[in-house]
Amino acid sequence: MLNILRKSLATGIVTTAYPQAAPAVSPNARGLPVIDFAKWKDARFAAKVCPTAAIAYEDYHDERTATLDLGKCIFCGLCAEADPAAIRMTPVCELSACSRDELKRVARYKLAGDGTQQSLTEMSGAVATPSGPSVDSFEATGNKLKQRIARVLGRSLHIREVDAGSCNGCEVEINGLNSPVYDIERFGIHFVASPRHADMLLVTGPVTRNMELALRKTYDAMPAPRLVVAVGACGCSGGIFGTNYATVGGVDGVIPVDVYVPGCPPNPHALLHGILLAIGRNGVKPVDD
Amino acid sequence: MNILPSMQTIIAETQRRFSMQLSLVDAPRPNEIYLHTATETVPAVCAYFYRKWKARLAGVFGDDARESSKCFHVYYLFAFDTVGGFAIVRTPIAEEKPELTSLTNAVPAVNWQEREIQDWFGLKLIGHPNPRRCALHDDWPDVHPMRKDFDLHTTLPPFTGERHKVREVEGEGVFQVPVGPVHAGIIEPGHFLFSVAGEPVLYLQIRLFYTHKATEKLFEHLPIEHGVRLAESISGDSSFAHATAFCHAIERAANVEAPPRARAIRSVCLELERIYNHIADIGAIATDVAFVVANMHAMRFKETVLCLNERLTGNRLLRGMACIGGVRFDWDAAQLDGLKKAIAELKPEFDSLVALIHDSASTRDRLERTGVLTVETARDLGVVGIAGRASGFNGDLRRDFPHAAYDRVKFSVPLYPDGDVLHRMQVRVDEVQQSFVIIEQIASDFPSGAVRTSVPEIPADRVALGYVEGWRGEIFHWIRTAPGNRLARCKVKDPSLQNWPALSEAILGNIVPDFPVVNKSFNLSYSGTDR
Repeated sequence: MLNILRKSLATGIVTTAYPQAAPAVSPNARGLPVIDFAKWKDARFAAKVCPTAAIAYEDYHDERTATLDLGKCIFCGLCAEADPAAIRMTPVCELSACSRDELKRVARYKLAGDGTQQSLTEMSGAVATPSGPSVDSFEATGNKLKQRIARVLGRSLHIREVDAGSCNGCEVEINGLNSPVYDIERFGIHFVASPRHADMLLVTGPVTRNMELALRKTYDAMPAPRLVVAVGACGCSGGIFGTNYATVGGVDGVIPVDVYVPGCPPNPHALLHGILLAIGRNGVKPVDD
Repeated sequence: MNILPSMQTIIAETQRRFSMQLSLVDAPRPNEIYLHTATETVPAVCAYFYRKWKARLAGVFGDDARESSKCFHVYYLFAFDTVGGFAIVRTPIAEEKPELTSLTNAVPAVNWQEREIQDWFGLKLIGHPNPRRCALHDDWPDVHPMRKDFDLHTTLPPFTGERHKVREVEGEGVFQVPVGPVHAGIIEPGHFLFSVAGEPVLYLQIRLFYTHKATEKLFEHLPIEHGVRLAESISGDSSFAHATAFCHAIERAANVEAPPRARAIRSVCLELERIYNHIADIGAIATDVAFVVANMHAMRFKETVLCLNERLTGNRLLRGMACIGGVRFDWDAAQLDGLKKAIAELKPEFDSLVALIHDSASTRDRLERTGVLTVETARDLGVVGIAGRASGFNGDLRRDFPHAAYDRVKFSVPLYPDGDVLHRMQVRVDEVQQSFVIIEQIASDFPSGAVRTSVPEIPADRVALGYVEGWRGEIFHWIRTAPGNRLARCKVKDPSLQNWPALSEAILGNIVPDFPVVNKSFNLSYSGTDR
């Protein structure tokens, strides 16, 4: 018993200061891919090597529409290897958004005769900057949600996790939220064993044909108001598995989703960011602070 | 034909024994020998390999080769652990008579694998003791998704009817406890039906394949480079092991070998994967018997390793690191120093965690003689990996079939006959300590040179077996190539598929509240099984 106490005391506090401090990730970490859309000469190189079609393009006569969809991205960095002049990987991991569209950046180009992109004509979607989605959009969504939900769920959020078909990579990182390093309970948030006790469903996917009904039943068993957070490339979009005879794709194809957390898998910081975004508590100090 | 010297006698004697009934097809690699026989002869060949040569059937899988060979093929992968060779017996199954002789009565280890072939390829099992559906749930229509004429994007009708036809145990005071597929913890989905009389479990039925996502079929639709990324998503906690097994298979098909420096990095990454998973399991086992403090320390160490992974590969789960022909990123001197330093720091920390658990008498009391898997049962079920080595299975591909840089290092393989939760935990403790030893040896003499070699386009209809000892146990990827540098088949064999039925045996007579800790001591992958 004394040994146990001694060890704990010797260890001290190991919990991260996030969200007051920036996420402590290695500069080598592959997070948000940043595309210099104005200088992007040819989307075909990146699209060819992208395993999940997160970077894709469509040509119509002399126009090209190129898309970067963070909801599909598995952050492998192959695009940056194939087209280093226009694309680089950054360690930015706070990428959660309240809609699928917010995860997309769409650029329109005029094409040259050889099929390369001559000039950028139009740009839509959140502009990718190394600091992630703009603070304004954060606050706007945060406030909107806060009004609707924060009062009801207060500062105590109960989460039920459902693996609707994931490869278990997301589960490795979600389990990390319970570690002393991320310690999700310091926010008054904890994981519960039953959907009946839950305010939030944290769902990893892709939703398989065999889990579709179980996911629906779990959602139906929750008391209102309830939140759903889709986790990982597969949860957001179906990821590398997409839609096939055995999967129905992203979580929002089965139940309504409030927040999407990109990543393959998202690291615990990214997960915290998504969960706090859903209850409008980004930038808000923890309860006991 | 270039056959491994130690396998030459075995192959020659097998040919003499079966003369006309068996032909030697090819030996594309010295330790990978293909033999050809009819389905009726397979049981005799299998018995001969087991009795005479102490081989074991490490896998059975189907292949729809109707396009090129006008028939289905079923492959039996025999591992000759003591001599380091694989014999792969191929048998043709005519489309007009889609029937397969079952081996399950003699080799219970292939029970689920044979039923998977029946479900996925529509080859009827002859003589199987329990030929019910396994890989497809009962509500699925009569489809065989791995047949080439079944489209990947087929939309199947929504769920109707009964999902599971379970066998209920009857008797006075006997009742059934259904659990899952959505579990209470943060774990993967599966359905467990306990039949109990009071506390002790009389019978456990396990229904998996909830996370089936067409992975093997999907490999046939992707360029092989994208296949590496798909392999990382077979079982997330074994991302690097599965991706490396896949790359190994492709490299063998292309007759190239990853350069020495890449092989060293592969071994280090495989060991880091082993370390973080083993530490997490040790902590989780402690938690399941209410020793939460130990788990908190374990989770802290696991986080240290995940951060190290991120510094070395850009991803905490080592994703994006594997590639065909080697590895994607080289390590500079600072990274190598960081690795050595991190291991040196982790070693005493890990030892103190182990001491903390060993010193707790109440923890030991809960783990000792809990969930016993006997040596005999483990052998019958072909249990491999951690659970195997805790129940007398003396096998480890790193030692018996050296891949990556394992031929350059010295390490020991733990082996216990006890088969209880305590010893499954002890195997993990021993293996983490050996992982430290392996990484230290490799890091002290790190090969120089390139980390990637170019791989030429692979001609169609080549076959190759890739293998890696993952942290759970042996992982096999078997491929057959198609024209245009694509795959006609990629068979994925995670050790979990082999080990799940053992859980049903280990839990018998134990109390239901001990199920979580027994389950965690196996910690099998649902996704790796279901694919």
